[in-house]
Amino acid sequence: MLCQVCGKNDATVHFTKIINGNIEEIHLCSSCAKENKDLEFSFDFPFSFQKLFTGLIDSVQDKGVQEKDITCECGLTYKEFLESGKFGCAKCYDTFRGDMDSLLKGIHGHNRHEGKIPSGTKDKMLQKRAIESLKSELEQSIKIEDFERAAYLRDEIKKLREKTKDI
Amino acid sequence: MIKWLGGVGKEEDVVVSTRLRLARNMANYKFPEFMTEEEGELVTSEVLNSVRDNAEDSLYRFYRIKDLSDIEKKVFVEEHLISPNLSERTANGSFLISNDEKSTIMINEEDHIRIQVLLPGLDFNHGWEVSSRLDDLLEKEIEYAYHEQFGYLTACPTNAGTGLRASAMLHLPCLAMTGHLNSIIEGLGKIGLTARGLYGEGSKVSGYLFQISNQTTLGETEEDIIKKLNKVVLQIVSRERSTRVFMLDKKHTEIEDKVFRSLGILNYSRIISSAEAMNHLSNIKLGCDLGLIDDINSKKIVSLMMDIQPASIQKSSNTSMSEEERDVYRAQVIRNNLINMEV
Ligand SMILES: [Zn+2]
Ligand SMILES: [Zn+2]
Repeated sequence: MLCQVCGKNDATVHFTKIINGNIEEIHLCSSCAKENKDLEFSFDFPFSFQKLFTGLIDSVQDKGVQEKDITCECGLTYKEFLESGKFGCAKCYDTFRGDMDSLLKGIHGHNRHEGKIPSGTKDKMLQKRAIESLKSELEQSIKIEDFERAAYLRDEIKKLREKTKDI
Repeated sequence: MIKWLGGVGKEEDVVVSTRLRLARNMANYKFPEFMTEEEGELVTSEVLNSVRDNAEDSLYRFYRIKDLSDIEKKVFVEEHLISPNLSERTANGSFLISNDEKSTIMINEEDHIRIQVLLPGLDFNHGWEVSSRLDDLLEKEIEYAYHEQFGYLTACPTNAGTGLRASAMLHLPCLAMTGHLNSIIEGLGKIGLTARGLYGEGSKVSGYLFQISNQTTLGETEEDIIKKLNKVVLQIVSRERSTRVFMLDKKHTEIEDKVFRSLGILNYSRIISSAEAMNHLSNIKLGCDLGLIDDINSKKIVSLMMDIQPASIQKSSNTSMSEEERDVYRAQVIRNNLINMEV
């Protein structure tokens, strides 16, 4: 049997890739086998998403709402993202926001993160929420002319804001 | 012996190792593939500073990819301490490795930070504890790229959310030999898990090693992901065990023949490829785990499986070798190891 990559040498390395039940036989000569990443016996990312991914993006493109010529501040255009499947920076997720819900849902079956929150972010989020609720209470007390309470609340908000700055 | 295999793991007769990997990025830098060398250097020093300020310096060794020789890089890959991808990032890739070699922090791989924890046997809970603690430590001084809806942001959308890829490496000779493995693998896809096997010559399984991992990273908590994986792995472990008992009962001589034939070949061969050696080591490991061989430690066989890979063989010989010379040296290393392997 000939090597399926170069087609010249005899295949001496044979292996089967199993990806979600799909079995793919691969036959390589020893020099082409050296180039083959699957044979590096890696613990890393289990398989290439490339094919699946392209398919997903295609279906997103059909009904996609994202403008294709938008460019992120990192320099990546949406078109380039669709070709490579890789983002240029964290802001890309918001720049290309229009299609992100459906793309991520297509890949993961979900588009809302559950699980760990960075502790810095968590504190900030909780502070933000606390300030919001104090603010609405403040408006309420002004409305009912409870100025003593309003003054107290204003101080509390100020204190919280100071604290948030430190994080 | 490979360092990270040290200590006692659970279900080690079937589960070789557990690995957890967390992908993280910094909010204020472009992703590694898009950044300049100077930005790469800034990312590196932020990570180093955070580790330096929040952990004991002596706990980690630091390497830059560009300072390593080709062989050295490959040995780190063969021992699973870094990813093949990182070993190619000569411009600004680097890594920190803990003294017990169970934890690695890769810098400027596909993402700014990849935390890896590698443990012997089955231990997702401990793996998650250790990797999450490392994550907390880094985060003390690093501002992560985090999105209220999408979670941790990654260069590839397939890793977004938790950024967690958890996997177990399983030795499944009996399920594979009896053909039961294919249906199990098919089933895994349906519950969001994926399996990958490595096969050798003549389409026969090389090493009978299979890696099972989560396929998606967004929408489930880390605890749920590892709970599901753990449950499924335990089911596969118990099926492999019962198949072993069945085969030992019904095909005792055939199994014995397979095991001791492999032991014979490795004890006496003078030239051997890593693929052939993997197959025989796998049979010997099965023999140890079944109690057919009692003077060899099964875990040392696992260690040898990594030690005989091409770059590791070359490194231990201290000379540069052709493929043929490597095969000769490999046979010698295996013979010496088997002789010195009394438990
Ligand atoms: Zn070829
Ligand atoms: Zn961007």
